[in-house]
Amino acid sequence: MKITVAIILTAFLAYVTGLYSTLPWWSFAITSLLVSVAIHQKPGKAFLSGFLGLFLLWAVLAFLKDSANEHVLSAKVAQLLLKSSSSIAIILLTGMIGGLVSGFAALTGSYLRK
Amino acid sequence: MRIVPLLISGLVTAGLVVALNTQLPVAGSKTPRLGYFLSPQLGFWQNAEPANADFSGEIKLPELRGKVDVYMDDRLVPHIYADNDLDAYFTQGFLHAKFRLWQMDFQTYVAGGRLSEIVGEERLSTDRFFRRLGMVYGAEQTMANMDKNPVMKATIDAYADGVNAYIKSLKPEQIPFEYKLLDYKPETWTPFKTYLFMMFMSYDLSGRGATADLQLTNAKNYFGYDEFNKLFPNVEDSLDPIIPKGTAFLKPSIVPQAPANVDSAYFGKTRNNSTAMAPMVPDKDNGSNNWAVSGSKTKSGRPILCNDPHLGLNLPSIWYEVQLNTPTQNTYGASFPGAPAVMIGFNDSIAWGETNAGRDVIDYYDMQFKDSTLSEYMYNGVWTKAEHRKEVIKVKGKPDQVEDIAMTVFGPVMYDQSYKNISTEGKYLAVHWMANVPGTAVQTFYDLDHAKNYDEYLQAISTFVCPGQNFVFASKTGDIAIKQQGAFVARWNRQGDFIMPGTDSSYAWQGVIPTDENPMIKNPVRGFVSSANQMVTDTTYPYYLGAANNFPLFRGFTINRKLAAMNGITPEDMQHLQMENYNSFAELARPVLMRYVDENKLNGDEKKYIDILKNWNLKGDYGEKGATVFKCIWDSLVTAIWKDEFSDAKLPLSWPDAPVLLQILTHDSIYAAFADNVNTLDIKETLQDDAMLAVKKAVVKLKELENKNMLEWGKFKDTRVNHLLKIPALSRMHLPIGGGEHMINAAKEAHGPSWRMIVHLTDEIEAYGVYPGGQNGNPGSKYYDNFVDTWAAGKYFRILFLKKEQAAKHEKIKWHLTLTNS
Repeated sequence: MKITVAIILTAFLAYVTGLYSTLPWWSFAITSLLVSVAIHQKPGKAFLSGFLGLFLLWAVLAFLKDSANEHVLSAKVAQLLLKSSSSIAIILLTGMIGGLVSGFAALTGSYLRK
Repeated sequence: MRIVPLLISGLVTAGLVVALNTQLPVAGSKTPRLGYFLSPQLGFWQNAEPANADFSGEIKLPELRGKVDVYMDDRLVPHIYADNDLDAYFTQGFLHAKFRLWQMDFQTYVAGGRLSEIVGEERLSTDRFFRRLGMVYGAEQTMANMDKNPVMKATIDAYADGVNAYIKSLKPEQIPFEYKLLDYKPETWTPFKTYLFMMFMSYDLSGRGATADLQLTNAKNYFGYDEFNKLFPNVEDSLDPIIPKGTAFLKPSIVPQAPANVDSAYFGKTRNNSTAMAPMVPDKDNGSNNWAVSGSKTKSGRPILCNDPHLGLNLPSIWYEVQLNTPTQNTYGASFPGAPAVMIGFNDSIAWGETNAGRDVIDYYDMQFKDSTLSEYMYNGVWTKAEHRKEVIKVKGKPDQVEDIAMTVFGPVMYDQSYKNISTEGKYLAVHWMANVPGTAVQTFYDLDHAKNYDEYLQAISTFVCPGQNFVFASKTGDIAIKQQGAFVARWNRQGDFIMPGTDSSYAWQGVIPTDENPMIKNPVRGFVSSANQMVTDTTYPYYLGAANNFPLFRGFTINRKLAAMNGITPEDMQHLQMENYNSFAELARPVLMRYVDENKLNGDEKKYIDILKNWNLKGDYGEKGATVFKCIWDSLVTAIWKDEFSDAKLPLSWPDAPVLLQILTHDSIYAAFADNVNTLDIKETLQDDAMLAVKKAVVKLKELENKNMLEWGKFKDTRVNHLLKIPALSRMHLPIGGGEHMINAAKEAHGPSWRMIVHLTDEIEAYGVYPGGQNGNPGSKYYDNFVDTWAAGKYFRILFLKKEQAAKHEKIKWHLTLTNS
C-alpha cells in the first residue's frame, strides 16, 4: 500500500514540476527525494518506488506522444541514439533514464530519514 | 542516519544528473544532454507532432496593420490573404519561423561564420574562411544600401517582426528539435540575418572563384600559360550558348584594356602564387535548367515556363512554397526561409525562374604591405592606409577567436600571415567579390512578384547585382524572354582567372557592364528560350565571360535539341523533359572511346561489360547498367590521362573538364603527350594504352559492384537528401531516382533539382511543382519529407492558386489560421 502511494505521488509531483518548463529537467529528483522522506520506506522499496514512479510517468507520456505521432520521430531518434529503428526501445530508454535518477534520489531520501 | 550509504546514494544521484545533463563526446561528435533530450515534457518528445495535428487557429499579434487569413492546403502550403503587403510579409516571416525556424537560423550561423558558437572549435576553419571572405562585411554593405529604400526596408523589417512574433510565442519545450539535439536556443531574428542569408546564396552561386582562381593560378604556374590554355580553354567545340549563335550584340560601352605588363606579370611562369582549398567549396554543378516555350509550340497556344534549380539536396529544404495575396499582388512560388517574397514562381500575369550565370565575379589581388602590422599598402606608388576590421568569433568552451582583417581598395585581405596554407606563405591576398559591394538582395524578387508584363520584368531584374542569374520569363500575353543579369565585370581576356598584381590600379576592375548590354533575347523565331548554365553567348559577345570550365555544356545541348524538335507541347511533355535522363555527353564520348578500345585484346569479363556499354541506350535511368559502365570506364580514363601530371604538382589543381578530354580523344595527337605516364620513363603510353588500362581497371570495379548488386545506375550513384547536419537518421537515403551529371534531370548523389516547377500561362494558370522535402522542417512531422517520394518518382503536385473566396471552401484546404491585431 505504502509503495503504491509513494509511486503515485512521485509520478504526480514529477508531472506537475514538469509543467513548469523553465525549471530544469531534473527537478523531479528533488520531489522524488521529498516523497521518500515523507513516506518512509526501506532503502530497497524507496528506490523501487522512486524508479517506478518516473519510469511509468516518462514511459507513458512518451508512449502517448509516440502513438499520436505514429512513430515518426521516435524511429529517427532510435536510429540516432541506438542505431535501431525500435520506437519501443527509445520509450524504454526514456523511462529508464527518468527512473534511475528518481530511484537514486528516493534512495537518498530514505537514508536521510534513518 | 547511515552516513556512508547516504553519501553514496546522494553522490550517485548527483553524478547521474550531471552526466545526463552534459553533452558527452561519442565517436567524434557529441550526444545531446540525454536527461533533457529524453524528458517527455521538455525534450524531443515535445516535437513529435500528432499525425492529426490541427494547424487552424486565431492568433492576436499587435504588430499587424490589418487582418490576415491563412488557408493551408493538404500539403501544408499556406495561401496568405492580407489587406496589405507588409502584413503579408509579416505573415510569411511568422510561417517561415513556425515551420522552419531552426533551419533559417542555422543558415545564418553558417553564413555569418558563427558555427563555432554552436558546435565548438571543430568548425572554426569554416567560420574563419567566411569571416575573412567578407560575408558579414558584404551583408552590412547591402543592408546599408537597401535601408535607403523605404519600401524594401519596411518589407525586410515586417518579415523580421513576423519571425520574432513567432519566436516570442515559443515556450521552452516548443523550440525545434535540432536546438535540443545541439543544445542551444533560438535567438532574436534581425533584418541583418536576411542579408546574411542572401550572402550565403551569393557564396553558393558565385563563390567558386574563391577556390577556383587559386587552383587555376596553381595550374597556370605549374604547366605554364600555353599548356594551361589548352587544358582550360576559353571556348569549347560543341557550345550551344543561351543566346543563339549569330545574335547581334550592342557595341560595348566599356572596352577593357589589359595592362601593358600582362604577359610578364600575369600570364608569366612565376611559381609563387599558389594555395590550397577552402573548407567549404560550392558545388561545381550549382546550376539549373530553365526554359520557356512560346504559344507557337504549345498545344494550347499559350506559353509554358519551366525551371528546376540544382542545389544541394537538403532537409529541411531550402525552398518553402507559399501564395501571397494582397491588393497589389497575387503571387505563388518557392520562397527562401530567411527572406520575404517569392524567388521562383508566377503571379496573375507572368511567370519567371532563374538559373545560375556562373560568371566570374570574384578575384584575388596580391598586395604589398609596408610591414607586418598591415597598416599601409602600396597602391599606385604611394603607401596607402589600410583600415582594419575586427571579426570576433565566439567558440563554444574556448576563448574568442579574433580575426584582424586589413581592408584595401579591392576588399578584405583574406589571406595573410595569420591565415595561410601550404603555399600562401608570405602572400597577402585581397579579395574583390561582387557580393561584397552594395547589392540589392531581395529587391528584384519583390519587384518580380509585383510585375505585370515584359517591361516590368525587365525593370525588376535590372537592379540585380549578385549572384548573376539567367532570368527566364513568360507572360499570359504570350511573351517569352531570357536575360542574363547581374553586375558583371567588364573583363579583358583572362582577367581575374588568376591572382592579379594589386600594387596599382592597372589590374583593377575597369567597370561593370551596363544592364542593357547583358545578353538577352525576347520572342526568338525558334519559339523557345532556355538556359542550363552553359556559356551565355558565343565569342562575338564583346566581353570576356570567363574560362569555359565554368560552364557545363551538355544539359543545355540536350534541352535545345529536344525543344527544337517538339511541337504541340503540353505541361505533361514538360514534366517528361525535366525528368529526361539522356546523356548527350555520353552520346559524343562513347564512339570516341570505343575507337581506342581494341576488342580483340579483351578477356571474357571485359568483353561482357564492353557489350553492356555498346548496347546502352545512353540514358541514366535508375536500372541502366550501361550508365554505370560508362561512368567507371570514363573516370578510369580520366585518371589514367591526368593523374600523373596533376599529382606531380603537389598543389591543389582542378583537373580539366570532360569536354577537354573529349576533344583530346576526338582529335588524338593534339595533346597526346598527356597520355604518356610520366612515372614510367622507359615506356611511351599512347591513348590506346590508356584506354585499355582504363577498361581493365574499370572492370575490376564493375565486377565488385555487380557482386554487391550495385551495377544499376540508380543504385550506383545512390541519391540522398541530406539533413543540414548530415545526420543519416534525419536524411532520406537510397532514393529510387535516375539522372545525374550531363543529364537534364541532374539528380546526383546529394545535389540536383531542388524545385521543379512548370507554369502553363493559360487564363486560369495551370501550374505544377515539387521539391524533395516537405513544408514542415520538424523531423517529427509527417510533413517533414512527404514530397520526397513524389519527387523521386518524377511526379508533380498540381499547384493550388486560389482566389480568397475559392480558398475558403476548396476541398483541398484543410486549415484556416487567422492573424489579427486585436
